[in-house]
Amino acid sequence: MRWLKSLNSGEQVAFLFVVLFGALLLVSIGSVLWSLRERPEEEQEAWQARWARFRHELNMVWVGACLFWAAWVSGPVGATLLFAVFSFLAFREFITLLHTRRADHRGLIISFFVILPLQYVLVGTRHFDLFSVLIPVYGFLAIPVASALADDPGRFLERNAKIQWGIMVCVYGLSHAPALLLLDIPKYQGRGAFLLAVLACGQIAQAIATSRFRAKPVARRISRSFTMKAWWIGAFAAAFAGALLYWITPFKAGQAAIAAFVAAGCGSFGAFVMQALKRDAGINAWGNRSAITGAVGLLDRIAVMCFAAPVFFHSVRWYFRAAT
Amino acid sequence: MVLAEITGLFLSSLARLITGAQGHWKGCPPTSEQRIYFANHQSHFDWVLIWASLPGELRARTRPIAARDYWTSTKLKTWITTAVFNAVYVSRTRATPDEDPLEPLVETLQNGDSLVIFPEGTRSNKGTPQPFKAGLYHLSEQFPDVQLIPTWIDNVQRVMPKGEVVPVPILCTVTFGAPIRIEPGEDKRAFLERARAAVVALRPGGSGQ
Repeated sequence: MRWLKSLNSGEQVAFLFVVLFGALLLVSIGSVLWSLRERPEEEQEAWQARWARFRHELNMVWVGACLFWAAWVSGPVGATLLFAVFSFLAFREFITLLHTRRADHRGLIISFFVILPLQYVLVGTRHFDLFSVLIPVYGFLAIPVASALADDPGRFLERNAKIQWGIMVCVYGLSHAPALLLLDIPKYQGRGAFLLAVLACGQIAQAIATSRFRAKPVARRISRSFTMKAWWIGAFAAAFAGALLYWITPFKAGQAAIAAFVAAGCGSFGAFVMQALKRDAGINAWGNRSAITGAVGLLDRIAVMCFAAPVFFHSVRWYFRAAT
Repeated sequence: MVLAEITGLFLSSLARLITGAQGHWKGCPPTSEQRIYFANHQSHFDWVLIWASLPGELRARTRPIAARDYWTSTKLKTWITTAVFNAVYVSRTRATPDEDPLEPLVETLQNGDSLVIFPEGTRSNKGTPQPFKAGLYHLSEQFPDVQLIPTWIDNVQRVMPKGEVVPVPILCTVTFGAPIRIEPGEDKRAFLERARAAVVALRPGGSGQ
C-alpha cells in the first residue's frame, strides 16, 4: 500500500489499468478453457444460452475497459472528443428506434447539432456549473419549443418525452464520464479510472451471480436475468473493489466502498431500465433491427456508464465542496 | 479527377456518419456481376445511401440515373453527377416523338456497367411504393442476362423529410434481395407487380408504419 501511495498519479492509474486488463485477460482465457470441458448432451442447450450471455457481458466489460483506457491515454481533449463521438452514435441508435415524426425534425437537429456539441465543449473547458444544468434546464425548454413551432399536436408529450429521455441518457449521462477525468480534485487528478474499475468488478460479479445462482427475476417480463440477489452481489463486489482501491481516490477506505457501491448499484439499475425500454420498443438488443453486418448495439454497452457516471460525479463533487 | 474522388469519399463517409448506410446482402452477395438494382424511392438521399452501402470496388461501375434538365442546370450539379457519381442522364421530355428515353440506359448496360433505378419514377412518402413504371420491364427484356436485384431502403424518409435541408442522424439500412427475372410468358403488368412485391418483401418487420 505504501508503495502504491508513493507512485505519482499517472503511475497509479497506469498500474490500475495493468491490473484491470490482466484480470480481464485471465477471466477471458479461463472462460474459454472452461468452455472446452465436455458436457452431457442434455445440458448442452441450456449451457449454450448461458455461455452466450456470459460472453456478451464479458465483451461489454472489455469494450468499456478499452474505451476508458483510450480516453485516459489521449488526455482531456481526446477523452472529450472520444465520448462526444460515442454520445453521438448512441443517441443516433436511440432515435432510430423511436418513431419520430416530421414535426420532430427541428427538435432533433437542435439536440444533435447544438446541445450535444455544446455539452462536450462545456466538459472540455471545465465549466461544470453550466455543464450540469445545460440539458435538464435549457435543453428541457429548447427541444419542446422547436417541436411546438412545427405545429403538430399529435402525441406531443410522448414524442418530446422520448427525445428528452434519449438526450438525458446518451448525452447528459455519458458526458459525465469525461467530466470525471477532468474534475479537478486537489492532488487527485484523473481518477475516473476508479469508477471504471469498480463498475467492471460489479458487472462481472453480477454476471457470475446471475449465471450461478437461481433466483426469481424481479420483473420477468422486462428481464429474465435481472435478480435482486445478483444486484446485491454485484454492488457489494464493487464496494469491496472500491475499498481495495481507496489509495487511488481522495476517500478513506469506507467512503470509497460506499461510493463504489452507489455507483455500481445505480449503473446496474440503469442497465435494467434500458432493458425495459428495449422491451417497450419490441427489440432484443439496441442497434439495427435486422442486424446482419456492422450493427454495433453501442447503447447496450454503455448503459451502465450512462447511469453510474452522473451519480458518481455529482456525489464526488458535493462531497468535496462540503469538505473544502 | 482527384477532387472528384475526395468529394465522393467525403459524401460516402458523411452518409455513413449520419445513417450508418448498412448494406444487408440478403439474397445475393456483393459481386461485380452486371446488375440492375431497383429500389423504393423516398428521398433525394436514396442514391447516396445505396452508393455508400456498396463496397468501394463496385461503386465505380454502378451508375445512377439523373434527370438531364435538373442535374445539368448548373455547373456544380453537372460536376457532381458527372465527375463524382458518373451518372447516366435521361431526358424527361422527348425531343422527337420517336426518341427512346431508355436509349442512354441501354447504352450503359451495353458497356457492361451496373445501374440503380427507382422504377416508381418519383419520390413517394406513403411508406409502400407506388406502381412501377415499365422501363424496368423493357430493360430486362433486352438484357435477360443482367441480374435484377430488388432493393429496399429503410428509414431514409426520417433522415430528411421533404422540405428540410439538414439531415437528422438516424440509422438506415439498404437490403438487397435475391435476383428476379422475367418468367417465360409473363406479361408486363404481372412482372412489374411481382417486381414491386419483391421490393416490399424486403422491408424489415414492423418498421414500415
